[in-house]
Amino acid sequence: MVNKDAMEPFTTAFANAWHLIWTADADLMGVLALSFQVTGLAVLVSCLIGFPLGAILGVGRFAGRSASLVAINALMGLPPVVVGLGLYLLLSRAGPLGVFGLLYTPTAMVIAQTVLVTPIVAALTAQVTEEMHREYRDLFATMGMGQVQQAATLLWDGRFALTTAALAGTGRAFAEVGAVMIVGGNIDHVTRVMTTTIALETSRGELALALGLGLILLVLSLAINAGVMGLRNMGMRLAHG
Amino acid sequence: MADPLPFRPPAAAPVMPDRPAVRIEDLRLTRRWRKVIDGISADLGTPGCTAIMGPNGAGKSLLLRTIAGLEKPQGGTITFAWPPTPEKRRVALVFQRPVLLRRTALANLVHALRQFGVPRAARTDQAMALLERADLAHAAKTPARALSGGEQQRLALVRALGQAPDLLLLDEPSASLDPRATAALERLIRQAIHDGVRVLLITHDRGQARRLANRVVFLHAGRVTEDTPSDRFFDVAQSPQARAYLNGDLLL
Amino acid sequence: MKAPMIAAALLAGAAQADTFITVQSTTSTQNSGLYDAILPIFEAETGIDVRVVAVGTGQALRNARSCDGDVLLVHAKEAEEAFVTDGFGLTRQDVMYNDFVLIGPVDDPANVADQNSIAEALVAVAASDAPFASRGDDSGTHRREVSLWPDGPPASGTTYLETGQGMGATLNIAAALQAYSLTDRATWLTFANTDGMTILHEGDPALFNQYGVIVISPQACPSVKLEDAQRFADWITGDTGQSAIASYRLGETQLFTPNATR
Repeated sequence: MVNKDAMEPFTTAFANAWHLIWTADADLMGVLALSFQVTGLAVLVSCLIGFPLGAILGVGRFAGRSASLVAINALMGLPPVVVGLGLYLLLSRAGPLGVFGLLYTPTAMVIAQTVLVTPIVAALTAQVTEEMHREYRDLFATMGMGQVQQAATLLWDGRFALTTAALAGTGRAFAEVGAVMIVGGNIDHVTRVMTTTIALETSRGELALALGLGLILLVLSLAINAGVMGLRNMGMRLAHG
Repeated sequence: MADPLPFRPPAAAPVMPDRPAVRIEDLRLTRRWRKVIDGISADLGTPGCTAIMGPNGAGKSLLLRTIAGLEKPQGGTITFAWPPTPEKRRVALVFQRPVLLRRTALANLVHALRQFGVPRAARTDQAMALLERADLAHAAKTPARALSGGEQQRLALVRALGQAPDLLLLDEPSASLDPRATAALERLIRQAIHDGVRVLLITHDRGQARRLANRVVFLHAGRVTEDTPSDRFFDVAQSPQARAYLNGDLLL
Repeated sequence: MKAPMIAAALLAGAAQADTFITVQSTTSTQNSGLYDAILPIFEAETGIDVRVVAVGTGQALRNARSCDGDVLLVHAKEAEEAFVTDGFGLTRQDVMYNDFVLIGPVDDPANVADQNSIAEALVAVAASDAPFASRGDDSGTHRREVSLWPDGPPASGTTYLETGQGMGATLNIAAALQAYSLTDRATWLTFANTDGMTILHEGDPALFNQYGVIVISPQACPSVKLEDAQRFADWITGDTGQSAIASYRLGETQLFTPNATR
C-alpha cells in the first residue's frame, strides 16, 4: 500500500456524497425522506410522552418517584439491538401483537425509535423541570397550584431548555441502526433508511459509498441541530430578554 | 384612573374590622435542632399594616412563611378569621427576591389569574388593569425577567394583589431597591392598605415602617419581645432588645 | 388535535399497498444485486410487490418459523427440508445454484491454491499461521464452511476467527486481516472491498451451493398470503424467472445458474 492511496477512500467518499446530492439521486431522496419521516414522527411521539412524564417526575412528590427516575435514566442507555429484538418478539406474527401486522413497516420503526428516544426526552425533561422547580416551588405553593398545573407551567417556561432534550432524542433516533434494522428489515423502498443503507453498502464492501452516505447523514444532523439551536436562541432573546 | 375591582368569588365574606385576620398561639418551629420560632402568640393582620422587625435570624421570614403555609410548624396553632376553603386562597406572599415566570409581564399575570380562578375571558383585561396599577402597562410584552429590579417587584406585588387577598405578606420587598423604586413600591402598598388589604411587612427600613405601618411587632430569637403602635415603638421602645436594634448594637 | 394526525400517520405505515409478499432471504441474493435485476420483472408482470428481508439463512429460517414472511429463499438444503418436514413449509423447490469459493490474500501464505480439494486446502490453512475468518452466525455459508473441515473447524479465537456477522462484514474483516474465508461466488464478485484478496480455491464438487424456494405453510402461519406467495414460487421456478436469473450477469460472468426441475 502506497501512502497516496491511503486517503483514497475518503476522497472517493466525498465525491460519492457530492454526486448523490448533486444528481438528487432518486433512491437517496427516498431513503432520506423515510429517515426524516420515521425519526420526525418518533421524536414527536417521544416528546408528547416524554415531556409530561419528565415534568411529573421533576415536580412530583410521590412514592416510586426516585425508582422511576433511576429506571428512566437506565433506559437511556438501552442498546438499540435489544429494543429491536424485544419489539421483534412482540410484533412478530408469532408474537402477542402479531395480528396488527406491523413488523417490517415504517410504523414498527417509529415504535422502535420512540422506545429509544422517550427515556432520553423524559430524563432530560425531569432534570430541567426539577431544577426550575427548586426556583418556583414557593411561588407555586403560595398560588396553591396542583402538580399537573405545576408540570404544565414548568414545561412552558422550560421550552427552550427542552429543545435540547428533543434534539438529543433526534440525534439518537437519526443515527440508530440496530433497532430499525431488525423491526424494519431494511426492505428496499419500504423500510430502508439512511443508517440501514449505510450498513448494507458496508456489507457489500462499498466502503467509500457507505462513508459518503455517512457524510450526508452527518451534514444533515449538523443542519438540523444548527437550525433548531438558531430558532431556540432567537426565541429565547424574544422571551427571556 | 379607577381600579376595576379584581375578580373575587362571591362566597368570600370580608373580615370583620374588629377581628385579626390570623390568630397565632404558641407557635414553635425547629430547624436543625435550633428553635427558630420559640413560642410566638399574637393576633396578626389587624387593619392597616403591621411591620415585623428584628435582627437577622429572629425568625421573621419563617413566621411569614409559616402563615403562608410554606412551613410546617412543630407546635402551636394558626387560626384564620375565615373558614378553610380550598377554592380561594386569601393569603398572598411576596418574596424578597421576586420569583417571575420566564414569560412576558402580561403572561405572568394571566397565568396567576388563571390559578386564582379568574374566568378566561376576563384574564387579559384584569391583567392589563393590574399592569396599569403597577405603572407597567408599557412593559406588558416585555419578558418579566428583563424588567428592572423595581419593576419586577411591582409586578410580583400586583400579581399577589390579583389574588384579591385579605392578608398580604411582604418579606422585605424593597431590600434590594433604590430609593426611587422603593417609593414606587410603597405607593402600591399604601394603596392596597387603603383598599382594605391587611399587610404584614418585614422590613429593616425604619423609615419604611414609619411610613407604612401602624403597628410594630418586634421579634428576637424566635419570640415577640415588643408589640406596640408604630409611633410609640420608634419613640420609646420598651424592650432592651428593640432599643439595642434601633441603636444599631449587635444583638446576641 | 394532534393525536388523530399522529394515529393516522402511524397507521399509514401498516395500511400501505396490500398486494405485497415478504420474502425471508439469504443475503447473497440481495448483496449480489440479483433481486434488483429480476424482481421488477415479476412485479411488473403480477402487480405484486416483493419485500425482501435479507438476513442470512439461519435467521431467515427462524423468522419464517415466527410466520414473519410468506416465502423463504435460502441456501441450506438440509435445514430447508427440515423446515418443510416440521410443517412450516409447503414444498421445497430448487431455484438455482452457484458455488462457494475460498478466498485469501494474493500471496497465499498457506499455499491453498496448489491443494487438490477444498478439504486439503482448509487443512493447509489450519497448519499455517494464516488467519481464517468464519461467519460464525449459523448462516447457510457458515454451516457449509463448518462441514468442509475434515476434522471440524479449529478452535475459535486462535487463527480461526468467528466474526458472528454477515458475509459482507466478514469479508471486510478478512480483507483487513488478510485472512482466508469461504464465501459464495456471487457475493465475492460483487464485493467491492477486495483489497489484495482473490479467489484461491474453487471447483470442488463439495462447494456446490444450491438455493431453494419454500412457500410458508398457511396451516402453520394463517397470515401467509398463499396465492401471491405461490405465484412468486411458480414464477421464479418457471420459464420467465429462470431465464431472468440466467441473464443476470456481472460483466461477462453469470452469477447464478437456474436449475429448477418442473
